[in-house]
Amino acid sequence: MNAAVPAINRMFRLQWEEAQDAWVLLYPEGMVQLNASAAEILTRVDGKKTITEIQTELLTKYPEAEGLEQDVNDFFVHAQTLNWIRYV
Amino acid sequence: MFETAKRRQPLWLLAELTYKCPLQCPYCSNPLDFAAAGQELTTEQWIDVFRQARKMGAAQLGFSGGEPLVRQDLEILIAEARRLGYYTNLITSGIGLNAQRIAHFHDAGLDHIQVSFQASDEEVNQMLSGSAKAFAQKLKMAREVKAQGYPMVLNFVTHRHNIDQIDRIIELCVELEADYVELATCQYYGWAFENREALLPTRAQLERAERITNEYRERLAAQGHPIKLIFVTPDYYEERPKKCMNGWGELFLTVTPDGTALPCHSARMLPLTFPNVKDHSLSHIWNDSEGFNYFRGKGWMKEPCRSCDEQDDDLGGCRCQAYMLTGDMHNADPVCSKSEHHSLILEARLAAEADVSATAMTFRNERNSRVFLKG
Repeated sequence: MNAAVPAINRMFRLQWEEAQDAWVLLYPEGMVQLNASAAEILTRVDGKKTITEIQTELLTKYPEAEGLEQDVNDFFVHAQTLNWIRYV
Repeated sequence: MFETAKRRQPLWLLAELTYKCPLQCPYCSNPLDFAAAGQELTTEQWIDVFRQARKMGAAQLGFSGGEPLVRQDLEILIAEARRLGYYTNLITSGIGLNAQRIAHFHDAGLDHIQVSFQASDEEVNQMLSGSAKAFAQKLKMAREVKAQGYPMVLNFVTHRHNIDQIDRIIELCVELEADYVELATCQYYGWAFENREALLPTRAQLERAERITNEYRERLAAQGHPIKLIFVTPDYYEERPKKCMNGWGELFLTVTPDGTALPCHSARMLPLTFPNVKDHSLSHIWNDSEGFNYFRGKGWMKEPCRSCDEQDDDLGGCRCQAYMLTGDMHNADPVCSKSEHHSLILEARLAAEADVSATAMTFRNERNSRVFLKG
């Protein structure tokens, strides 16, 4: 169980960009285009759900995916080093 | 900056709302003859520009100038830009800002405020900005920006008069809780080119500043401090030019106060015709105008760029710098050691070693701008 509750850092704004055909993170004078799995995770980050709840949602949507829980954990470690998220 | 750009889209729209500014920084990148610029775009004209650029893929919108706070309709422009889905950046000196206005911008949806400083102390700041009260006002506004929860970037243009205080500058930024700090070594365009002799630091000054910045980076990272220090080296001390604007007409679109559209904010100085948003659609301007197509690709290159195996790395460098220094905008940027004009850069470096304390600076104001018009 991972009861930590992530939220997107105030510095960043998550947004669907039609022109990029992708989810992006916008920040002061810059933009990062997210790949499909990063977008699946980050669009579920709302400052309320725990990491375990996010994992459960993803497992329901992708029951075949192997090592999904570990991938999500790794993503959050990485996202924190990039300052994309903070914990509530 | 932008990590992905598959197609040629104007991802970054810089809206220079006005050339009016209460400060007179001698390194301003505005054109020398700004006093001759035509009438400013109206609120409706700006909103139309934002709408068109957004459709073409623009995601970042910078409100700049001059001092954008001079525009009384700024709040309306911010609200409309945010509604269109832009990440909105206010690039300001902080002069003309107050707590109430910061709050109104927040309500309108402003995402980020960048405050520019001239120095870390009042005396130097005053000398450079031409304003006695500016420094205290900037400090107050930077604190207010953070207190209201905005991400904040602090921008210090560094040069020989303030670069030796880099440690104090960084400490001030930490104290003010900046998220990003741009330690942007002055680039020599516009007014800065006029004042180059008085502004260019020596190599020793530059190397010291870079070393101190790196030491702070390590120390702050070790403390788990989230602040990011961005150090921009002046290309006068490089042997290869910068890939200017990440390519001409690839990513950036500047619209000047009178509606002239440019591939970069300096390009107005070039002997090219640039289209105006009052006369043409942005789509025509970006895709079909001569001004935006002129330096796209590599067909325009002369030797040594034309046969250079590094031509894709820097695309021949900056067109404005080539034009200002050599008189021909098709030449290699003289920063490149392969350029036959590289000696001009070497001479400027050498001149920086001399004592220039008595060199007078030309301040950026309406009166001086009119002198350039006559000249």
